[in-house]
Amino acid sequence: MSILLSLAVLLFQEASDGRVAQMIKGVRSPDLSKFLVIGALLFIIGVAGVLTRRNIIVIFMSIELILNAANLNFIAFSRYLQETGSVNAYAGQVFAVFVIVVAAAEAAIGLGIVIALYRNKETIWVDEIDLLKW
Amino acid sequence: MYRYIWLVPLLPLIGAAVNGFFGRKFRFSEQLIGGIAVGSVALAFLISVAAIISYGWGSHAQWPNTYVTSQDGAFKFDWIPGGAVLQTQGDEARLSAELDKKAREKFAAMTPEERQKNPAVLVGAAITPRSSVLNVEWSYQLDPLSAVFMLIVTGVGLCIFVFATGYMHGDAGFYRFFAYMGLFMFSMLVLVMGSNFVMMFVGWEGVGLCSYLLIGYYFDRQEAANASRKAFITNRIGDFGFALAIFAVIATFGTAQYTDVFAQAKEFPIELVGTWGLMSWIALGLFVGACGKSAQLPLHVWLPDAMAGPTPVSALIHAATMVTAGLYMVTRTNVIFQHSQTMLLVVTLVGAATAIFAATIGITQNDIKKVLAYSTVSQLGFMFMACGVGAFVIGIFHVMTHAFFKALMFLGAGSVIHGMHHEQDMRRMGGLKKYMPYTYLTFLAGWLAICGIIPFSGFWSKDEILWNAASTTHIPLGWIVWLIGTIAATCTAFYMTRLVAMTFWGKERFLEPPAGGEADEAYASAYDKGLSSHDAKLASAGDRPRHEPGEHVGRVDHHVHLPHESPRSMVIPLVVLAVLATIGGFVGVGPAFRFMGWGEHPGGKLNIVTWMNPIIWNPTTHEFGSAEGGGHAGTEVAHTELVPAPPEALERSEAGVYGNVHTTLAQSVEHGVHNELATEWLFMVTSLMVAGIGIGLGLLFYVKDTRLPDIWAQRLRPLYQASYNKYWVDEFYGWAITRRTMDAARAVYAFDSKVVDGIVNGLAALGRLSSRIVGGFDKYFVDGLVNTIAAFIIRLMSPLFRAAQTGFTQNYALVMVLGLMLAVALLFWPDIAAHLPKTK
Repeated sequence: MSILLSLAVLLFQEASDGRVAQMIKGVRSPDLSKFLVIGALLFIIGVAGVLTRRNIIVIFMSIELILNAANLNFIAFSRYLQETGSVNAYAGQVFAVFVIVVAAAEAAIGLGIVIALYRNKETIWVDEIDLLKW
Repeated sequence: MYRYIWLVPLLPLIGAAVNGFFGRKFRFSEQLIGGIAVGSVALAFLISVAAIISYGWGSHAQWPNTYVTSQDGAFKFDWIPGGAVLQTQGDEARLSAELDKKAREKFAAMTPEERQKNPAVLVGAAITPRSSVLNVEWSYQLDPLSAVFMLIVTGVGLCIFVFATGYMHGDAGFYRFFAYMGLFMFSMLVLVMGSNFVMMFVGWEGVGLCSYLLIGYYFDRQEAANASRKAFITNRIGDFGFALAIFAVIATFGTAQYTDVFAQAKEFPIELVGTWGLMSWIALGLFVGACGKSAQLPLHVWLPDAMAGPTPVSALIHAATMVTAGLYMVTRTNVIFQHSQTMLLVVTLVGAATAIFAATIGITQNDIKKVLAYSTVSQLGFMFMACGVGAFVIGIFHVMTHAFFKALMFLGAGSVIHGMHHEQDMRRMGGLKKYMPYTYLTFLAGWLAICGIIPFSGFWSKDEILWNAASTTHIPLGWIVWLIGTIAATCTAFYMTRLVAMTFWGKERFLEPPAGGEADEAYASAYDKGLSSHDAKLASAGDRPRHEPGEHVGRVDHHVHLPHESPRSMVIPLVVLAVLATIGGFVGVGPAFRFMGWGEHPGGKLNIVTWMNPIIWNPTTHEFGSAEGGGHAGTEVAHTELVPAPPEALERSEAGVYGNVHTTLAQSVEHGVHNELATEWLFMVTSLMVAGIGIGLGLLFYVKDTRLPDIWAQRLRPLYQASYNKYWVDEFYGWAITRRTMDAARAVYAFDSKVVDGIVNGLAALGRLSSRIVGGFDKYFVDGLVNTIAAFIIRLMSPLFRAAQTGFTQNYALVMVLGLMLAVALLFWPDIAAHLPKTK
């Protein structure tokens, strides 16, 4: 929780300096750090979901969050690099598309596994599944 | 043309190689195999004839010199090149010879007054260590001796090859037979054409090998396999002596080339009877080799057994060519033999003993080939007798005539065996002249030749041998040799008449049903085995069980195969050889016919005595080419004027012409009749007479009254038994040598299996024991220690690690995340630390 709080503080640090105009400007044309903070938050939420939730579907959704956090980072850096005029400015966007494709495939396979698991075990609660210890 | 003699041995070798390597692989037909073999030998024969004509009579004739193919670069390769030899032998003899020579020269240079005044001739010589480079080359030699042998080997060989194509017809190993035969021709030609002792040894061993292969040609028959081994082993004994002699020659003369050796050897002093000098030892070694190869007395046992081979082999190898290799060698080295009167005596006595010994055995044998085999041994004895009394040329002359008539008789016997469907026992033959007229007529020529009836070839050579024995001055005791030879000649005539009578004349005994007894073992054996009698005869004689006379045999199904004349391929060689056996002796018409105005040796170079004279060393002149030829030098030598009052060194030298020989038989007779020519005629008539007596006795016993042999066998039972059992020599060797060898082998085997193996096995047991101890230590102590510690540690640590493995996916994911965070923290620690809120 303290990590989340400190990140929130980082997000609004500029705003807490007081000036609304600057805050509006910051919202209208956010700089790189804001995207990164959002990405980090998404990532942390995803990881927390994976580690703590018992429903395998929710864990699955959390993994999607992690992937999207990564996508957000790609896009953010791509935008940042566009501003700096770099040659590789669109690599991040291409990567994001790739990640989406992989995520779709992963979702298909993952859901299939879930269904197969349910048919065998009659459950989707991960604390009831300890097959990794034989 | 004589430049091409290297082709002569090569052609049969090529033929043999083609037949041997491809004959089976490509399934050559009999015509092809026979064509290759006969063609190669025929070509070799033609080249030999052409070469010898050009050697003796051509525009660049070399006769009487020795022609070696290396001398004009016609053919030569360095076979065993370069090796330094320290000549350790013969220094003393050489020194004394040098002294003799110097003394002679000095003495000859003196005036008669000086000789009277001071007979002592002082000369000096010193022994200097000698060495030379031994360079053994492979080149061929053409001289009068090798020319004669080339003609015999290729000519008689050609006849036998042609005969064999008929005789071996239908044999499964046809190609193998002719490959061996071709290889034999090659080896034999290398033996007689080689230009040095080492090449002769190669040929010598080569013919021994081929003899072994061909005796054992029917190797599936125990008898033949045993005979081939026996021949090989017996020959090894002789070869050992031969090899030692070659080493001695090299150690003495520093070379193996005939021409070099003999040029040196002729300068050595002569060793009189009873002394054993260097020359005697070399000659002894050579003669031991000759004894083995030519089946002389202690080593004769292999030749009769060798008859287990096919009959053409017996004709070619064991009658005409290989067994005469000993004669070739003795004649080739006649310089060395003539330097040792001791060895001349030994050669004569061994020859004479063999002649009479084998002749008496031949009288009682019943196997047609065995009779011929013993006859061959006996005739070889005659030849050695001739060499021993100094008549080397006459020995070779007899080799030649013997090659003709004995090859003829062996081939005749082969034809008989072929016609009789593999019957070899003469007691089951008889009356064959009706069925096999050509074989019969040609055989008669051989019979008259070996008996010594004028003008058949055997007469000329045998008469000359006996005459030389009677008139020899080379050795003492010539008259005893003459007597033995005469008796042996009588026996020869007798047993040959017996053979002819039992085979070709009289009742047709093969028509009679088997009467039992030893002659019908084959039938009895067939009864036991349930075979037809014809098949039984093909089976090995050695395998047959012993039966009581008359047991079973009467009941065996008896159907007669009538004998038949052999095919043309077998008859033509017989006719050719018969012609040779009849007229072949005219190349050696003796000096007894000089009253016809022909001279001593009519025919010039065509007379074998004149032809071969250049290679015979003359002890009187110490040069090659005796004026007389043969042993006739003897009578002249006795009258040679010696230098008067010789000094001591001179005395030693002059004794070299065998001056101490007593009066010979011929001289005694001549003393009685006062006419040299009459003496010679007297001896000739005697030899004709003994032949007549032998034939007459044979006719009396086997034609006129056929009960006589049995009666006399009973009367002279011990003698008959001794002869019939071949004087028990095989039994004696079996007891004295084979059994002793086996005993020794068993003893050595026992030592090996008990002591040597015991030591080895004991050491092994010791090793096993120690390894068991070490193994126990390792297993119980070392392994125990390791296992205990390992088990302790694992028991201690395992709960900890086991607890970490929950099996829940999320736990593992948590660990991954923690690890990731840790990695990030470590990697970016300075940046993170800079952004952390300051606590102070």
